[in-house]
Amino acid sequence: MTPLAGFLLVAALLFSIGLAGALTRRNAILVLIGIELMLNAANLNLIAFWRYGPHPEALTGMMFAIFSIAVAAAEAAVGLGLVISIHRHTHTTDLDLMNRMKG
Amino acid sequence: MIETCDQIFVLLLHWLESFLPASWQSVAGTVLCAATIVCLFPALFALAVWLERKGLGRMQNRFGPNRVGPFGLLQPIADGIKSLTKEDIVPFSADAALHFLAPVVLVVTVFMGFAVLPMGRNMVLVEMDAGLLFYFAMGASTELAVFMAGWSSRNKYSLLGAMRAIAQMISYEVVLLLSSVVVVMITGSLSLTKIVEAQNHYTWGFPHWYILTPWGLAGFVMYAIAATAETNRSPFDLPEGESELVAGYHTEYSGFKFALFFLGEYVAMFSISGLGTTLFLGGWSAPFSFLTWIPSWIWFFSKLMLSIFVFIWLRGTLPRLRQDQLMNFAWKFVLPMCLLNLFVAGLWRFMGDGWLRWVVCSAILLLAYASIALGEQRRKHVGPRSYRYAE
Amino acid sequence: MSLVFYLIAALTVAGGLAAMLLKNTVHCALALTVAFAGLALLYLDLDAQFTGFAQILVYVGAVAILVVFAILLTKGSETPKDGVFSKTWLAGLAVAAAVFAVFAWSILQSVSRLPQAAKVPAVTVQQIGVALIGRYVLPLEIVAVLLTVALIGAVIVAMHEKEGGAQ
Repeated sequence: MTPLAGFLLVAALLFSIGLAGALTRRNAILVLIGIELMLNAANLNLIAFWRYGPHPEALTGMMFAIFSIAVAAAEAAVGLGLVISIHRHTHTTDLDLMNRMKG
Repeated sequence: MIETCDQIFVLLLHWLESFLPASWQSVAGTVLCAATIVCLFPALFALAVWLERKGLGRMQNRFGPNRVGPFGLLQPIADGIKSLTKEDIVPFSADAALHFLAPVVLVVTVFMGFAVLPMGRNMVLVEMDAGLLFYFAMGASTELAVFMAGWSSRNKYSLLGAMRAIAQMISYEVVLLLSSVVVVMITGSLSLTKIVEAQNHYTWGFPHWYILTPWGLAGFVMYAIAATAETNRSPFDLPEGESELVAGYHTEYSGFKFALFFLGEYVAMFSISGLGTTLFLGGWSAPFSFLTWIPSWIWFFSKLMLSIFVFIWLRGTLPRLRQDQLMNFAWKFVLPMCLLNLFVAGLWRFMGDGWLRWVVCSAILLLAYASIALGEQRRKHVGPRSYRYAE
Repeated sequence: MSLVFYLIAALTVAGGLAAMLLKNTVHCALALTVAFAGLALLYLDLDAQFTGFAQILVYVGAVAILVVFAILLTKGSETPKDGVFSKTWLAGLAVAAAVFAVFAWSILQSVSRLPQAAKVPAVTVQQIGVALIGRYVLPLEIVAVLLTVALIGAVIVAMHEKEGGAQ
């Protein structure tokens, strides 16, 4: 197995773990943690393909990953702000109890 | 002869490495240098503890410790023996794993910062292209250790202290980064060795240190403010103020773990002073061109100890800032000045050599400082004092 | 595929698994931090030093602290009564397993066609800087606007409403 395949498998494993967590956990913040894991797995994919791709001197993969880190940080901030705001309203972060728009 | 004195540690390292086969030499050399750093800075920590207690004592018109050894010089050893032999109490409901890991993470991340500081000519542990970024990444990781300490103790005061400490550290980290970015902008590199080499030139005997320029002086002052806040030193030490929060996030720690927190704080002070000297005070370069015969590492450590003395001086002189005053100061005053400093540094670079750029840059910075400071003062309408008595 | 890669990959995957499986929310957040650190080490293994250090600075230094603050502000550190996994956990797990199966199959199928070993790219920070201001200046400015908007938005969304109407 080539090094590139190794990195891609790790990224795929991290992505599925993040997806499983985002789909199965009750706490809204843990869903956001799962989403952050998925974003990081995609970043790992980008950097792995940048390193073993045909033109690493063009820096495309690395730039993409840097912008992805910035956007993920912004999204985490807004998402967590939303969770805090919802908690203030419904006094819970349990997603199984929040399955209605009313209230 | 001067060269040998200057490079004595490098030559010693090469001589020790020559006993090993070629493939092991670089690894062994790095390990040896790392071991030296891990042994040297705690020794300097002991010296700094003694200096602090004696210095603070004298500033407060009393003797410091003077019982143990001449002038109290063996006091740090006595303190060390006391810390190591105290009972290690872990609260019953505390999170044992996190409670144990918090001081470990703090000390590890603080020591990692030394890997990129150039302590003399050719004396960097790891020569990195993005050295400054690595240093700030390690600094950012210390906040997590503070949170772990505060949360795992299951104590409201610890948690409150940890939250305050993290809020303060995050706010002043932005200031720290922005005031360092000015230096990076002018030098054109994130590598600390290149930053020092750019300051190692002399004109009419005076060095090209960045502190001797208007934007450098402003940047250094803001860096010093941010460094004092990052290491939770007075006047920004509300998170660990003994009179407010017992001991903040390290309330529930005793014995060796408390000693590790103490060590972590002082070594962080050394580390951040080291970075400040590298960025603004010229690192290992001598202050005048006729003094370059003194070895470079002596200059670096002298500047480091001078910065530590200034930290102690600040602690003995200024009163503590309240949490909201601290945060106000960071976001509403220091941060706009940092951004203005970036602009002024750009102006400096593009105005070309001559006396005009000195006048223009100094004028802009002084005007901005005066207007913001006067504006803040005028806004505070302090009425006559009112008293509340218990009825 | 060196020993170092296996160790770091094991650390990262263990951190990710712990982040999704542990009961205590704060432990999950700290396991996520371990996963972030492991990923930064993987980036360093891939000779992307700038990205590795930026990952530590942004994720470990800011996002992890943000997650931890959010957990504390929403009382997430109390243990929930009904268990930590939702009622439909089996479906979620099945979907994730199917996704991983598709990924793994496609990677292992194309191993022979993927590039083998490439020479180490010598990337300096100066090249990254020149690329950011030259070719990627538009994404840079847009990300700056995005971060400003996100900052202001997050503060407004999470701010306490004043008594007697919003201000």
